[in-house]
Amino acid sequence: VFNLIFWVLAVLAVVSALAVIMIRDVFRAAMALIFLFLVIAAIYVTLSADFLAIVQILVYVGAISILIIVGIMLTRDVTHGNPSGKFVVPALVAGILLFIVLAFTVTNTIWNVSTSPPLEPTTAPLGQKLFSPGGYLFPVEMVAILLLTAVLGAIVLLREK
Amino acid sequence: MTIGLEHYLILSGILFCIGFIGVVSKRNAVVILMCIEIMLNAVNIALVAFSRYIVPAALTGQVFAIFVIAVAAAEAAVGIAIIITIYKNRETINVDKFNLFKW
Repeated sequence: VFNLIFWVLAVLAVVSALAVIMIRDVFRAAMALIFLFLVIAAIYVTLSADFLAIVQILVYVGAISILIIVGIMLTRDVTHGNPSGKFVVPALVAGILLFIVLAFTVTNTIWNVSTSPPLEPTTAPLGQKLFSPGGYLFPVEMVAILLLTAVLGAIVLLREK
Repeated sequence: MTIGLEHYLILSGILFCIGFIGVVSKRNAVVILMCIEIMLNAVNIALVAFSRYIVPAALTGQVFAIFVIAVAAAEAAVGIAIIITIYKNRETINVDKFNLFKW
């Protein structure tokens, strides 16, 4: 059953990612992107990362998709569909070459896979990792400053003169 | 054949390459931002898969994925703000016409 779930999710993810770059209507491409975010949340569940699945839904499906849709709505009258530029063929060649290199590396590396069962639920251990003094407390504070800077930057960019 | 680390890494690679193709080949700046989000999500899948299969008890990959999500949120906010500013000034979001730095 687990294998079947993975294959269904993988096919759905690849199809919706292809839809994002192939659908002509930008708004429908954004809908495909939101569906992709939901599928990725389900993939996190299959990896027993419950906290990350919830964060994925909150941040991506809830917030970033709204930002992207607002961006599409505000700039809609000048976009004529979702055209490709002049770099389609070089992009395809480079992307496929990159994928071949990645697949070759992944299949030819001997991964040191651990057999111990995954930790679940993950929320409390993640919180302890993030906020304990020996953990990632300093990067967490840096991320707070980064988010504050990003919000200020967005406000400054969009302020009416 | 049971699903292992390689399957997740290959899936992550496919999504990353689709996002890369979109970033390089598309003209609409908002679509390019969407493709960047696809690439970041692909990397997150790889990080969480490494965390699950290599160090299941340490959760290091999930911590990194949380930081990636936070940085992606900041990037999306600033990116949309830049696109809307350029749209207000130049009435276009076609990246072929963003030649502000050319002289």
